[in-house]
Amino acid sequence: MTDFDPGESASIISVTDKVRPFKIGAPVSAVHFLGDQAAFVGSEENIFVVAGEGEPATIPVHGGVILCATSDGTRLVTGGDDGKVASLNVKGEVTVLATDPKRRWIDNVALHPDGAVAWSAGKTAFVRSGKEQDKDQEKSLDVPSTVGGLAFAPKGLRLAVAHYNGVTLWFPNMAAKPEFLAWAGSHLAVTFSPDNKFLVTGMHEPALHGWRLADNRHMRMTGYPGRVRSMAWSAGGKALATSGADTVILWPFASKDGPMGKEPAMLAPLKARVTSVACHPDQAIFAAGYGDGTVLMVRMTDGAEILVHRNGGAAIAALAWNAKGTLLAFAAEDGEAGLLTL
Amino acid sequence: MSELTSQKIPVTVLTGYLGAGKTTLLNRILSENHGKKYAVIVNEFGEIGIDNDLIIGADEEVFEMNNGCVCCTVRGDLVRILDGLMKRKGKFDAIIVETTGLADPAPVAQTFFVDEDVQKNARLDAVVTVADAKWLSDRLKDAPEAKNQIAFADVIVLNKTDLVSKGELAEVEARIRGINPYAKLHRTERCKVALSDVLERGAFDLDRILEIEPDFLEAGDDHHHDHDHHHHGHDHHDHGHGHGLKHYHDEDMQSLSLHTDKPLDAARFMPWLQNLVAQEGQKILRSKGILAFSDDDDRYVFQGVHMMLEGDHQRPWKDGEPRQSRLVFIGRELPEAAIREGFESCIVTR
Repeated sequence: MTDFDPGESASIISVTDKVRPFKIGAPVSAVHFLGDQAAFVGSEENIFVVAGEGEPATIPVHGGVILCATSDGTRLVTGGDDGKVASLNVKGEVTVLATDPKRRWIDNVALHPDGAVAWSAGKTAFVRSGKEQDKDQEKSLDVPSTVGGLAFAPKGLRLAVAHYNGVTLWFPNMAAKPEFLAWAGSHLAVTFSPDNKFLVTGMHEPALHGWRLADNRHMRMTGYPGRVRSMAWSAGGKALATSGADTVILWPFASKDGPMGKEPAMLAPLKARVTSVACHPDQAIFAAGYGDGTVLMVRMTDGAEILVHRNGGAAIAALAWNAKGTLLAFAAEDGEAGLLTL
Repeated sequence: MSELTSQKIPVTVLTGYLGAGKTTLLNRILSENHGKKYAVIVNEFGEIGIDNDLIIGADEEVFEMNNGCVCCTVRGDLVRILDGLMKRKGKFDAIIVETTGLADPAPVAQTFFVDEDVQKNARLDAVVTVADAKWLSDRLKDAPEAKNQIAFADVIVLNKTDLVSKGELAEVEARIRGINPYAKLHRTERCKVALSDVLERGAFDLDRILEIEPDFLEAGDDHHHDHDHHHHGHDHHDHGHGHGLKHYHDEDMQSLSLHTDKPLDAARFMPWLQNLVAQEGQKILRSKGILAFSDDDDRYVFQGVHMMLEGDHQRPWKDGEPRQSRLVFIGRELPEAAIREGFESCIVTR
């Protein structure tokens, strides 16, 4: 089960022949869908857009390293070490949303469903409203240490700013003092559950930390052999799929207590570290990429696996589904990529 | 191991108390015609007089890791910056991290032991400390940070030697040697030192822990010859005997050297060493060792920073090469008697 040499793979269903493989020609750090176009974010300078059967089209967006990227399906927002926040739309047009006056690195970006954009440089988080009337208004918040991650709450204009020793929850449109959720250690990635009830951070050490927002109760999610770099909420937010182990760790969030006192499901074990996870938008299915280049689709209910890409290549750096759940894109660190049509 | 090591980007840590001349050395490294490209991580932005798009400003953010190890701190900003820099791999040859004058080098070094991603892509090359010949003696009395930086160093650039008399120079060198007799010491004016003496030292490379000998620099600063292979014949922790230097013991920071010609019992030694750094790791700044175990034809080498150790079999002992074990600890208030006793108990006596 751990090796997909042709001779031994009889037991697993494979759709590798349905994958359209292509080479991006540069290292890739993320992939997002803009409509049905797969936009592969290069480690430096360019985004590579693949539409239909076409070859990747190179779109320059930054003058250096692309440090972060996020998308809402209609635009892809990136931050670079050139101090710029850039946005790419479905038509392939690039807009520079902001330029840091000191040319500091833009370490994180986040998008709100109503169009608001957030980014961070050093210890400062910035928010720009998505509403037409106050489009040029920019608000900022300084936190005690460098921002590790940003996430908008699904409801209301509320931004979670992860940093050393906790998360600051900020309502940019309110005068009230931001709320602070303390937990010792360095918090990097941060995400709200889709029902707005939980907040989860990926820490520098191999662990997640969570808070139930109703009462700020802590949830410790530990036991990972490596740092969790990829987290994805399942359809409806019932579970959080995570990388960092040699299986996909799936924390249950369906009940009001979230994963407190519960064991996570451990699916799709291989002899390689899970590097990337992406959940199908409607069904209880996730895709998982591994350090050895394997990509699997896995059914959450019973752990059944379908092979999408064989092992043997570079580590999988990015995975994404389109909004309809009909396309799965993946890319390895070295730019080997593929698109699966379901 | 060597092949893997060479693919990783070398990182030189540049420390030194305020005003010692770090920026001078940095400017010298960047302006010299060496055909190499350096990415530089600095804390005091704007002091570097050279255009380089790979100069990155950092806030020294020292983070404690929640792994139960009290002195396990890392530089959080460095983890983030190295991660970003690695996406530019191939565009530079080496990285230099300049710390502030008041910084403790340990969190920087520990970052390279603790962080998985950093470890995968970069390797610590050496800790280079710039010291002010005129003021170091005073700073060693009143600034614990300055003492830390000397104790931690692999290379010490003793700068501004033109501002002191011969006697004063001898005095400050003796004080440095009282703390750290193992670092390579270079006397300089305006940080004029050969770049090969400060860069690409491989001080943390297990393969290059060849000999653990005190470094005694003869006169003649700019033409420092490599003394790696010299044998000075005095094995125990002398602090400069016989070199015309005064003998100083620093009150709280010192080095301790252990030596035996008899084989060590690995089954006793390893737990002893691990326990020692677990218990006394806060006091031990640096440790290094070349070990000869009984029933083992390979040299074993290790090195450590505070509580963190890494070690490996290095190579087979050569024919005729004396199978000696040597260990060095640099630290403050080291429990010398207990360490010596523990070490003795690991020697095979049969």
